[in-house]
Amino acid sequence: MSLGTTMKSSIGAKVLMAITGILLSLFVVGHMLGNLQVFLGPEKLNHYAETLQGLGPILWVIRFGLLTILLLHIGAAFRVTRMSKAARPVDYHQRKDLATSFAARTMMVSGVLLLLFVVYHILHFTTHTIDMAGVGELHDAEGRHDVYGMVVGGFQHLPTTAIYILAMLVLCVHLSHGVSSLLQTLGVRKESNASTVDKIGPIFASIIFIGNVSMPLAIFIGLIS
Amino acid sequence: MKITLHVWRQKNATSKGGMETYVVDGVSADMSFLEMLDMLNEQLIAEGKEPIAFDHDCREGICGTCSLMINGVAHGPDSGTTTCQLHMRSFQDGDAIHIEPWRSRAFPVIRDLVVDRSAFDRIIQAGGFISINAGGAQDANNLPIPKPDSDAAMDAAACIGCGACVASCPNGSAMLFVAAKIGHLAHLPQGQPERAMRARNMVAQMDAEGFGACSNHYECEAVCPKEIPVKFIAKMNRDFMKASLCSES
Repeated sequence: MSLGTTMKSSIGAKVLMAITGILLSLFVVGHMLGNLQVFLGPEKLNHYAETLQGLGPILWVIRFGLLTILLLHIGAAFRVTRMSKAARPVDYHQRKDLATSFAARTMMVSGVLLLLFVVYHILHFTTHTIDMAGVGELHDAEGRHDVYGMVVGGFQHLPTTAIYILAMLVLCVHLSHGVSSLLQTLGVRKESNASTVDKIGPIFASIIFIGNVSMPLAIFIGLIS
Repeated sequence: MKITLHVWRQKNATSKGGMETYVVDGVSADMSFLEMLDMLNEQLIAEGKEPIAFDHDCREGICGTCSLMINGVAHGPDSGTTTCQLHMRSFQDGDAIHIEPWRSRAFPVIRDLVVDRSAFDRIIQAGGFISINAGGAQDANNLPIPKPDSDAAMDAAACIGCGACVASCPNGSAMLFVAAKIGHLAHLPQGQPERAMRARNMVAQMDAEGFGACSNHYECEAVCPKEIPVKFIAKMNRDFMKASLCSES
């Protein structure tokens, strides 16, 4: 059976979503670890940003790769949703949920919200198209792009901080089902490890939430300035 | 007990159905749910009305013929129990009960609460068997099967093909059924020669019938009258991907 035919099947679509989900989760971890350097001061963070920018063509390869992974993830999600909608043309008058969770039921909603946030996030910190806090283009003493000043300035602004914290809440909900779910889809979950696998998603999501929210919150309450 | 029933009525496969309300009085708590429906049907026949069509056969919880979405739960409120083994003692006097047929594109309603589940038969025909020349039975000890494997195979083989997994799944997915059938034979030596082909063909037939995809809500496991665990779905996914990508045919 060809790879294309396999991926078109219901299980193939799920596996594609799971594998791209792992890669996106790893990106989220890397992104968080990189940004946490904001706690180490302007020197570390601006140096890190300059190193990333200095990658040149490799940076574009990474960006293109990430975009491809994201599009595959979204494509698989739409396929699975379409199959599921078509599978029940007449709905029940009454159907009770016994086992599922809020996160599992709202994966499409949280996914679409996250997509909107990613677009906003890029327009905010990468292209500077949106600058609600009025921080503008900053450069540090060494003439580098002042990412530290931009981040600190941005999160001293209440609406910006609120948007980021809410978005991280949505990410937390999405990951809490997604990460446990992908382990089941990829066949890792067994009777012996089921309760552990079911906890991995919520624990992973909580770590990402705490790590990512700590930055705007610390800046907003003035721990970092 | 006096019970108010809201039941889906539909004349045939093409007609538009709707919910209708009936009151049954004098229901005993010792009656099974289906006996309560029998009582209602006798009442309807006496009134010169059309009785409610519903599926049932053994009424012992082993054939998989009975169905019914009862108050939004496949096979009703008792876990690990088929509708035929559900008793009216699980309800209170004065309760209102909603009864609907399984809802799935692959299970079209034939009449009232009866749906056509032949999609499951076609999935079985696609690979849920082993091709052997039946002859004299060989000595049982010639074919050693480890106890954990035979237990797992028996757990999967407990599936009676009722379709509650499909009915309760928010996605209308049949993966628990197909996974149980694939898992049953995958745990036994007799199932090995056709293992890859079976996984590929049964999944392809499942998709062709128009069942939805699994997104791990685990509603199927919660309503399965035989309590088949979703670990079989994880195992099926492994078998399917391996069969699709690694086998030569």
